[in-house]
Amino acid sequence: MIRLDNVTKVYKRGARPALDGVSVEIERGDFVFLVGSSGSGKSTFLKLVLREERPTGGDVYVAGRHLNKLSAWRVPHLRREIGAVFQDFRLLPNKTVYQNVAFALQVIGKNRHHIQSTVPEMLELVGLSGKERRMPHELSGGEQQRVAIARAFVNHPPILLCDEPTGNLDPGTSVGIMRLLDRINRTGTTVLMATHDDEIVDQMRKRVIELKGGQLVRDQDRGVYGLERV
Amino acid sequence: MRLQFILGEVVNGLRRNSTMALSVVLVTFVSLTFVGAAALIQMQIDQLKDDWYGKVEISIFLCPENSRNERCAEGAVTADQEESIRGVLEDGALQDLVQEVFYESREEAYEKFVANDEDGIWSSLTPDQMQPSFRVKLSDPEQFQVVADATEGLPGVDVVQDQREIFSELFRFLNAATLIAAALAGVMLLAAMLLITTTIRLSALSRRRETQIMRMVGSSRSLIQMPFMLEGAVAATAGALLAVGGLYFGVRYLVEDWLRGSVTWVQYIGAQDVWAVAPWLMVIAVGLAAIASLVTLGRYTRA
Repeated sequence: MIRLDNVTKVYKRGARPALDGVSVEIERGDFVFLVGSSGSGKSTFLKLVLREERPTGGDVYVAGRHLNKLSAWRVPHLRREIGAVFQDFRLLPNKTVYQNVAFALQVIGKNRHHIQSTVPEMLELVGLSGKERRMPHELSGGEQQRVAIARAFVNHPPILLCDEPTGNLDPGTSVGIMRLLDRINRTGTTVLMATHDDEIVDQMRKRVIELKGGQLVRDQDRGVYGLERV
Repeated sequence: MRLQFILGEVVNGLRRNSTMALSVVLVTFVSLTFVGAAALIQMQIDQLKDDWYGKVEISIFLCPENSRNERCAEGAVTADQEESIRGVLEDGALQDLVQEVFYESREEAYEKFVANDEDGIWSSLTPDQMQPSFRVKLSDPEQFQVVADATEGLPGVDVVQDQREIFSELFRFLNAATLIAAALAGVMLLAAMLLITTTIRLSALSRRRETQIMRMVGSSRSLIQMPFMLEGAVAATAGALLAVGGLYFGVRYLVEDWLRGSVTWVQYIGAQDVWAVAPWLMVIAVGLAAIASLVTLGRYTRA
């Protein structure tokens, strides 16, 4: 589903590479944690998958597409196959919960009927039934993140990228979000989650990819956050 | 759905940025009024040229008795000389340039003169004191100089006069007016474009969250950029409409009602000429907005 072949990314000529010869393959339906300290290359990894950046060297394949060769006008089609969730939720403050989720469908040209049937389903999946008319500022952080996840997943993309989705949440709320992501993963969706949250990684026991200084230092099934803890 | 979405975004954007949108409308209004005025002045000039050049002719005055002009030192023009001048005009190299040749004898000139002399001031004149002349109509009035060079200096010719000279000063003035209007229009158009650029940029910045999400969920670049482009285009088109309206009322009340009533011997442009200019003003307005969008949007809503 996602494959990086010896990928290097250098932002500024002469600077230290943000990613340095990383090769990794993530299969359909995998749940993968991407861990590492700040500046280890996690964000660059996600940006390459979303094709917000292009690799300096090596090849990136996502959802059957060779991103090095993907022309700019095909990028939107790629993005429709990737849902993205961020630490800061990125909801539209002047739209209701329902409208926020519907927005993602509107702007890719789905018809009204499709939107009206899909959005409530999705809100039910993330546990927000009955809160359709709330504004984002009326919701707790965990609920806002659920809206963001609903928006990312409403088009049923085969890949869900999460960039520190629990970074702004307390531990109890984070557990709820992780259960939700796990549920989504069980529908066959590939989930790639960059995180600092060691407790969650240790609890979930999923595959862990660790980056350090731009290099892949660990790729472990049913891993934990830091090796030294094992 | 998309159309509804785009239109909704356009209305929202215009409302959120209403003062900027209004300034775009006003600047395009003023600049396109200048553009239109320049075009209308040129149309007026063309109309006058068509109208007057068709009527004007070259007058080749022939030597009268007792002329002080050295060329006429030999006395009044003779019949032979008249014949050879006519020959040059009608049969020589000038044949293609000359459309028609009238001969006006002393008596005819005298009669015309007397007919125009209502007060009788010149009643003491006699036909002998008048000058006979050839009135030459050219097939192409611009070729005056060629005909003048060929006939000036022929024996019996006193002076060659081009009636166009009377108008050339007026045309020079009108051309200068066109140039000034066009120059002002240029400056204003530049201002309009910069203003549209700023408006689009502000609009794009104020909706960065939306565009960011749109990019993220994979909406096409055209759908992301279209509302901003349309915003600029709508404001510019509104300005163009105002300009057309302004020009229409200007021509209608200043030219058709006022000038046509007071200075009657001129063929004026009319409201229909404004309609001929109007589509071009629209095209300029939309083009302006398009250029402004192109230079702005690439940077602010990149995919």
